Amino acid sequence: MPVMVGIVSYGSYVPYRRLKRAAIAQALGTPAGKGERAVASFDEDSVSMAVEAARDALRTVPSATIGTLLFATTTPPYAEKLNAAIVGAAARLPLEIRAADLTGSVRAGLPALLQGADAARGGAPALVAMADCRLAAPEGKSEQAGGDGAAAFVVGSEGVIAEIEATASVTREFLDTWRTPGERFAHGWEERFALTQVYAPLLGKAIHDVLAKATVTPDALTTMILDAPNPRAADEIVRGMKLEPAQLGDSLALTVGQTGAAHAGLLLANVLAAAKPGDRILVATASDGADAVLLRVTDAAADYRQPRSVGRLIESKGDVAYASYLKWREILPTEPPRRPDPERPAGPPMFRSETWKFGFVGSRCDACGTPQLPPQHVCVHCQARDRMMPYPFADRRAKIATFTLDRLAYSLNPPTVNVVVDYDGGGRFLCEMTDCEPETVAIGDEVEMTFRRMYTAGGVHNYFWKARPKR
Amino acid sequence: MASNGIKDRVAIVGMGCTQFGEHWDKGPDDLLIDAAYAAYESAGVDPKDVDAYWLGTMGQLSGLALSVPLKIPYKPVTHVENYCATGSESLRQACYAVASGAYDIAMAIGVEKLKDSGFSGLVVSDPPNDGTLGNMTAPASFSLLAPAYFKKYGLDPDQGKDVLSRIAWKNHRNGAKNPKAQFRKEVPLETIKNSPKVADPLGIMDCSGVSDGSAAAIVVRAEDAHKFTKDPIFIKALSFVAGPGEGPLAQGYDFTTFREVVASATDAYHQAGITKPREQISMAEVHDCFTPTELVLYEDLGFSPRGTAWKDVLAGFFDLEGTLPVNPDGGLKSFGHPIGASGLRMMYEMWLQLRGEAGARQIKRPTLGLTHNLGGMPGRCVSFVSIVGR
Repeated sequence: MPVMVGIVSYGSYVPYRRLKRAAIAQALGTPAGKGERAVASFDEDSVSMAVEAARDALRTVPSATIGTLLFATTTPPYAEKLNAAIVGAAARLPLEIRAADLTGSVRAGLPALLQGADAARGGAPALVAMADCRLAAPEGKSEQAGGDGAAAFVVGSEGVIAEIEATASVTREFLDTWRTPGERFAHGWEERFALTQVYAPLLGKAIHDVLAKATVTPDALTTMILDAPNPRAADEIVRGMKLEPAQLGDSLALTVGQTGAAHAGLLLANVLAAAKPGDRILVATASDGADAVLLRVTDAAADYRQPRSVGRLIESKGDVAYASYLKWREILPTEPPRRPDPERPAGPPMFRSETWKFGFVGSRCDACGTPQLPPQHVCVHCQARDRMMPYPFADRRAKIATFTLDRLAYSLNPPTVNVVVDYDGGGRFLCEMTDCEPETVAIGDEVEMTFRRMYTAGGVHNYFWKARPKR
Repeated sequence: MASNGIKDRVAIVGMGCTQFGEHWDKGPDDLLIDAAYAAYESAGVDPKDVDAYWLGTMGQLSGLALSVPLKIPYKPVTHVENYCATGSESLRQACYAVASGAYDIAMAIGVEKLKDSGFSGLVVSDPPNDGTLGNMTAPASFSLLAPAYFKKYGLDPDQGKDVLSRIAWKNHRNGAKNPKAQFRKEVPLETIKNSPKVADPLGIMDCSGVSDGSAAAIVVRAEDAHKFTKDPIFIKALSFVAGPGEGPLAQGYDFTTFREVVASATDAYHQAGITKPREQISMAEVHDCFTPTELVLYEDLGFSPRGTAWKDVLAGFFDLEGTLPVNPDGGLKSFGHPIGASGLRMMYEMWLQLRGEAGARQIKRPTLGLTHNLGGMPGRCVSFVSIVGR
């Protein structure tokens, strides 16, 4: 009997900011779509969002057990340099992992999950992170339809909560959506062509094949998740399969938007949150071909608790003005402040401080027990030398001891909120605070840590940690 | 092991200070030459008689920054740097050098040319690093004091803002009487209170002036002082400390004090034999880089009991006509803050006041003056305290 593999744990991430489609329409004088889309903040990108989802997925699985890391995105911050390595460092994965970026198509998410499953079939679990920061030219449909977000899964053979029963994939060469290196916005062919000639037939075939392999009929599906570039392709499939409306997973179109390579994963994470043992979930995605995965929820899922559900993240939000969004994405150029440009972080110091900078691991004095960050050699409390043990702070809650709003510092989103935070269990740090309404920040507020892109200088993305209000 | 001090062993016998402000027509060399020659003249010494120099300025790598423009012929010139306390550090080194007997006459000089950078506010660049050091401006780091102080002592934000504005108002009022100050006019309280925000709750009028300037002092051993002037001023105490930086690192520090200032003040008072600073000190020049700094310094220097400085501010205790005038020359706020020069500028006011040369802002018969100079940020700074007298 083949080894059972499947999803062991999962995490998701929807950024805090929302852009109302009506606000875009109002600014541009175009027809307004319904609802809103999630917007990665000025200090987020696909890597930082993948880290947030991966951290959530790793709350129930020790990161030391992971053997493979795959990162799927169409918006990698680096065109050359392993983006997955940043995710791995921030998630504190071990040195001995195989890691790869999967990119080039919004289809990348589900194949990454399947490759992770293949890797895990032979041994250690795989962490599969998928994230996208969908960017489209103003006035286009994609600008309104797109969304930013991330999902992450640990796939393995032990403690499986959703077993992969069958998979099917089809790939064809055709021209629908494309973007060459250096271009910011994708081009698209006339929609009717891909809808009638490609997506409906390919998606239909992948779904048919996966059900046939598992000998499951459509009526046995608890939920079907369809992620297609054109929602009408999904509608046709649903009609053809005679599915009940209750069998369809939420597309998150009204609350998040289509999150590219992350979308199938994000929809799946949302469905898994409410899944019960025995449920059958079919996930299918189409773009440059199609993939379909049939999952069966196991008994182990009954005891699985997802600390931060997609639903909770959707409810935790604050608006962003369209003009701010355009500034954040550097679509709208602005007058630079009369302050020096930020300096490019240097390679050797980043290498030396990898566990601190990326993993937010401080130290704890073995002589007096005082936690401190950044990691020290000489204890700030008892001055003992080199009695320090690594001490992770990333998942610790903290309270604001004092704060300031810096209106002079360079930022795409002034004012920069700086906070001094005291961690539960000891340790203090002075850092930026993000995803907050500056006017409401107060001494005593509870915060948690989040991995962010501080700025980009000289082509180097400077990642580090910030505080944010509890989500 | 002890900090023994050099009470009454060294005297300042001459000082020079340029106008502070926007010197579009002068570079750092021009400012240095102006201040140095004013100090030579004030002490009545020929440049060739000065045995050693200490230069305080940011970012320069050697004493050549002084020896070349002044054409100092083959003598020791040392460049020192200690953040915004750099000027005081150059004075401290020069004083110790003559006290030790190594040299007879030394000059301490500081200069900064900030207005050529083209940037708003002070710019300090870090060595190559891992990108985790943060991007906080000076007003933001000092504004951390304000909400912490207000909360601890029960001031609502509006009350707190009134106190801070009153400090800036006083310093502008003093600076208006000072021909060498960068800003020489009184500013109404309402204007200060409503000035554009820089780092909440601080507005632009809570910040010291970005300024160009230079100041210099000539020091000799006390027994030689009267050969140069009939009114020397004597060093009673010099204290300098650098902290371990525990403020942003260890819980417990509450951002309503500078432990470095408390340590340097305690040391200085010990050296000078002062037990009741609030009564014994006649006047002080303190490091009012931002208004909450001055508020907290009143308590750290022992001028006000903890939690009460804000009441003293509102009561006018530190006004020019008050019991303990602070920043009679206008302070960093109104006189301006060219980093390397500021510590010596503070001493220049002591020099004028103790000799009765302060004109419209002359304090009645001062006997002991204090200068306080700091650099860094709350919880992670260097602090200097001097006490001088007749």
